[in-house]
Amino acid sequence: MYLPPVNLLFEDSRPGRRCFRTTGADRTAATAGLPSSALRDTPPALPELGELDLLRHFTRLSQKNFGISVNFYPLGSCTMKYNPVVHEAIAAREEWSGLHPLQDEDTAQGALALMHDLARDLGELTGLPAVTLHPAAGAHGELTALMVLRAWLDQRGEHQRRKIMVPDSAHGTNPASCTLSGFSVVTVKSDDRGLCDLEDLAKHLGDDTAGLMITNPNTLGLFEDNIVEICKMVHDAGGKVYMDGANFNAIMGVARPGDFGIDMMHLNLHKTMSTPHGGGGPGSGPVCVTEELRTFLPAPQIVEEEGLYRLQTPEHSIGRMRAFHGNFLVLVRAYCYVRRLGAKGARRVAENAVLNANYLRVLVDKYWRVPYNRVCMHEFVARPTKAMRDAGIHTLDIAKRLIDCGYHPPTVYFPLVVHEAIMAEPTETESKETLDAFAETMIMIAEEAAAGDEKLHEAPVTMPVTRVDEARAVRDPQLCYRCGD
Amino acid sequence: MPYIQNSDADRAAMLERIGLSSLQELFASIPEDVQLKELPAIADGLSESELQAHLAELGADNQPATGSCFLGGGFYDHTWPAIVDHLMQRSEFLTAYTPYQPECSQGTLQWIFEFQSMIAELTGCEVANASMYDGSSAAAEAVLMSMTQTRRKRVVISEGVHPETIETIRTYMHHMEAEIVIAPLDGGLTAWEGLINQDTASVLVQQPNFLGGVEELESLAAEAHAAGALAISSVYPVSMGLLKSPGAMGFDIVVGEGQSLGVPLGYGGPGFGFFAASSKAVRKLPGRLVGQSVDTKGRRAYTLAFQTREQHIRREKATSNICTNNSLIALRGCIHMAALGPEGLEEVAAVSRQRMLALVEALEQSGVPRAFPEAPFFNECAFRMENEDAVQQLKDSMLEQGLHGVLPLSRWFDNMDGIFTLACTEKVRPEDIHLLASLAASCQTQVPA
Repeated sequence: MYLPPVNLLFEDSRPGRRCFRTTGADRTAATAGLPSSALRDTPPALPELGELDLLRHFTRLSQKNFGISVNFYPLGSCTMKYNPVVHEAIAAREEWSGLHPLQDEDTAQGALALMHDLARDLGELTGLPAVTLHPAAGAHGELTALMVLRAWLDQRGEHQRRKIMVPDSAHGTNPASCTLSGFSVVTVKSDDRGLCDLEDLAKHLGDDTAGLMITNPNTLGLFEDNIVEICKMVHDAGGKVYMDGANFNAIMGVARPGDFGIDMMHLNLHKTMSTPHGGGGPGSGPVCVTEELRTFLPAPQIVEEEGLYRLQTPEHSIGRMRAFHGNFLVLVRAYCYVRRLGAKGARRVAENAVLNANYLRVLVDKYWRVPYNRVCMHEFVARPTKAMRDAGIHTLDIAKRLIDCGYHPPTVYFPLVVHEAIMAEPTETESKETLDAFAETMIMIAEEAAAGDEKLHEAPVTMPVTRVDEARAVRDPQLCYRCGD
Repeated sequence: MPYIQNSDADRAAMLERIGLSSLQELFASIPEDVQLKELPAIADGLSESELQAHLAELGADNQPATGSCFLGGGFYDHTWPAIVDHLMQRSEFLTAYTPYQPECSQGTLQWIFEFQSMIAELTGCEVANASMYDGSSAAAEAVLMSMTQTRRKRVVISEGVHPETIETIRTYMHHMEAEIVIAPLDGGLTAWEGLINQDTASVLVQQPNFLGGVEELESLAAEAHAAGALAISSVYPVSMGLLKSPGAMGFDIVVGEGQSLGVPLGYGGPGFGFFAASSKAVRKLPGRLVGQSVDTKGRRAYTLAFQTREQHIRREKATSNICTNNSLIALRGCIHMAALGPEGLEEVAAVSRQRMLALVEALEQSGVPRAFPEAPFFNECAFRMENEDAVQQLKDSMLEQGLHGVLPLSRWFDNMDGIFTLACTEKVRPEDIHLLASLAASCQTQVPA
C-alpha cells in the first residue's frame, strides 16, 4: 500500500476552518474582572482544520505505525502481548472513566474495591503482600521503591548505606533511578553463564550497601538460579533486594519473588498485565513489598473496614510520587485481565510465554549465534554470526530488514553485555504458525546476511521512509514547527 | 484459556521440537523449593461475558456525576469531540511501543512532533517534550532541572500550587540537601516578598492557583531572573485560551496537567503531564523528544532526538529516569487541540469562565460570598460559608441532586474553615448553577451562625 507523506497539521491549517465549536462564548463578558495585563491578544496559534481532514490526517498517520494488532512484535523485555479489546470497552464506560479524583470515597466504592482487590491479587502473585498502585510506570515504581528503601534505612539510622549494586545486564532505568533517589551505583559483573557473578557481588557488599537491584529473569532471558543465595548475601550485608519485574511474565503463577527473598519489586502492568503500550505509555508500575516495608509506601493505600473502602496514608509514608491515585484506567484494564486469567490462567501465561520463546530459539539457533543457548525463560538473546559480521552486516541491518518483512524487530543492542544483541520475546499470545513464519524469515535473513546482501544495508525500502538520520536531528535540531519564529 | 491461541497438540509439537517432555521442564532453572506447589490464591478465571457482568456490578457502586460536575482541584470535566475517542481506538496507535524504530513508527513520531509544537505554542515556550506522567511529577522534574541548571539548592514554591504537587516535589527532593521555601497565600494570591534571593534556584507558581486565583506572573519572572533564578509555572492549559502564556512573560519552564485537553476524568489518571522550556535548556530536559530530520533519500522524517540525555543510553548519568510516559493520552490532547483550533480553545476558556461568573453572581445572591474578593479568578473560585457544617451540608445536598462539587480547603490548609472551591467548565448546565445557588441558600439559612 502506498502511504504518501502526510503534511503537518500546521501546513494544512487554513484560517477559519473548524472541527469543534462551543456555543455561547462572549470574550468581552468572559474577561470581565480579569486584569488586562493577564490577558492575551489572540489565542494560541493552534492549527485550523475541518473534521474530515483532521480524521484523515490521524488515520493516515496511524497507518504508518506497526502495532500488535497488525504485526508480530517480539520486542524483548517489552512483553508486547495481545491487548484484549474487551478491556478497552470496559475502561471507557462512564462508571469508571467519569469519576472525579476528588469526589468522596463513598461515591467511588466500586473503584476503591477494584483497586483493593487488584493490589491483593498482585500481592498474592508476587508473594509480596504490601502493594501500592500509585506509580505511573516501571521507572516510577523503581524510584518509589528506592525511596522506600531510603526511608527504611533512615529510620534505622543507617545513613552510611548509600550504594546500590546493579548487574551490568540491567535496564538503564535501574541506575538512573538510583541516581535520582540519591544512591550511588556499583556495577556487578555477569559470569560466563550470563548470570550475576556472586564473587563480584560479594566483593562489593559491605557496611555501605543499601541494596541490590536485580532483574529476574534477567535481560538475557535467564533465571538467576542463585537468587535465594544472592538475597541472603545482601540481607547478611544489611541491605534489601529490589527486583525489576519487567520480566515477570516468565514466572507468573510458577514462582513468587517474595519466596526467593526479594523485599521489593515493581510490576509493569503494561507488560505482564496486557494493558496497551500506547506508543510509549501510559503505563502503570505498582510496587509490591514485604509487610515490614508497608508503612513506608507512598500515599494512598486502599483499606477496607466493615465493607467500606477508603484511602489511607501509611504511617511512615515517603509521601506522594504524583497526584491522585495512580493511572486508574490502566488499573481497570489490569484488573479485568487478572479476573479473566484466574490462578490457572496466570500460570498458563508463563508456561506458554516460556514455551514460545524456547520454540523460537531452537528454530533459529543453528543460523544465529545464541550466546547462552540453553533453556531460556520468556526471551532469548541472539547476535549475528562471525560470517555475517565479516560480510559487513550489523544488528541494525537485521532489524531494518525485518521491518521490510512486516515484523517489528526484536530489541536491539540491549542488553549491553552481548555485543550486537538481538533480544526476542514472542509472548504467550502468539500462535505456533506465527513463530514458524518468523523463524523462516530470520533464517532467510541469516542467509542474506552471511552473503553480505546489499538489501540489508538499504532496508527498509517498503516503509514510508528509509533510514532516518538520527544524528542530524541533534546537529540541526528542529523540535517543533517553526520553533521560535 | 484466555488469549492463548496454541492448542495442546501445538504445545506437544513445540515441546518435542525443543527436546523436552513437559512444560514443567521449562522451569528447571528455578530452584524447586521456591516453585509454587499450588496455584496462587486468586479467584478462578471468568469468561468475557462473566467479566462484563462482574465489572458492571462493581461499577454500580460508583457515582459519576449525573448532573454538572463542579469539582476542580486539578482535574476538570470538559467535553471533547467524538473524533478523539474514535481515533484513540486506532490499534496502530494503541498497541505500538515507544518509537525506537523510526521507519515503522512515523505515525507516532509525527503526532508527537505536532504535540510538541502545539504545547510550545500554548505555553509560549520554544520546545516541549513528548509528555510526562502527570502535572505533579512534571513540576517535580522542573524543579530538579532548575537545581541542575543553576547549581543552587533553594526553591521557592507558591502555597497556591496544587497541594499534591507540593507533596510530590517534597518526596522527589527529600533526600537532597535542598531547601523548599513556601511563599504563603495572602488574600488568595501568593505573597513572594523577601523570599527570592541569590541562592534561589527557581520559583514555582501555578496559574490559576489551587484556589482559582489568577496570579501576577510578569513581575515574578523579572524578579526571579534578577536573582539569577529560573521562573517555573504550572498552567491549566484551557486557561491559555484567554490568559497570557507564562512563556510570553519570560518564564523558563512551563509544565502542567493536560487532562483538561480531551481526557476523561478517570478517577485521576491517566492524564498526561507536559513540559516546555527554552531551547537553550534542551540538553537538560527530562523525557523523550522527537525531532525532524531526513531519510537517506532526503525526505522529511521524524525520529527520537537527543537520546543521549536518556536512561537507556546514559544510565546513571541521565537527566531523568523516565522511560514510559503517558504517550497515548498525550495523543488525545494532540487531537483535541487540533479539533479546537485557536478559536475553539478560546471558546472553551470563555464559556467556562462565563459559567463561573454566573455561579459567583448566583451564589452571592444566595448569601455565599467569594472568600477572597480581591483575587481575580478564572473558572474556579473559593467561597466562604459560616462553618464546615454548612459546607458539608451543601456538598451532601448537591450530591442528592446528582451534582458533584465543593472541595473544602480545610483538608489542605490551616485557617480555611468554611472555605471551599467550585469550578465550572463549558459542560456545566446553567440550570444546575441555579439549582446549586438555591441549595446554598437553604444551607446558609439552616445553619445557626
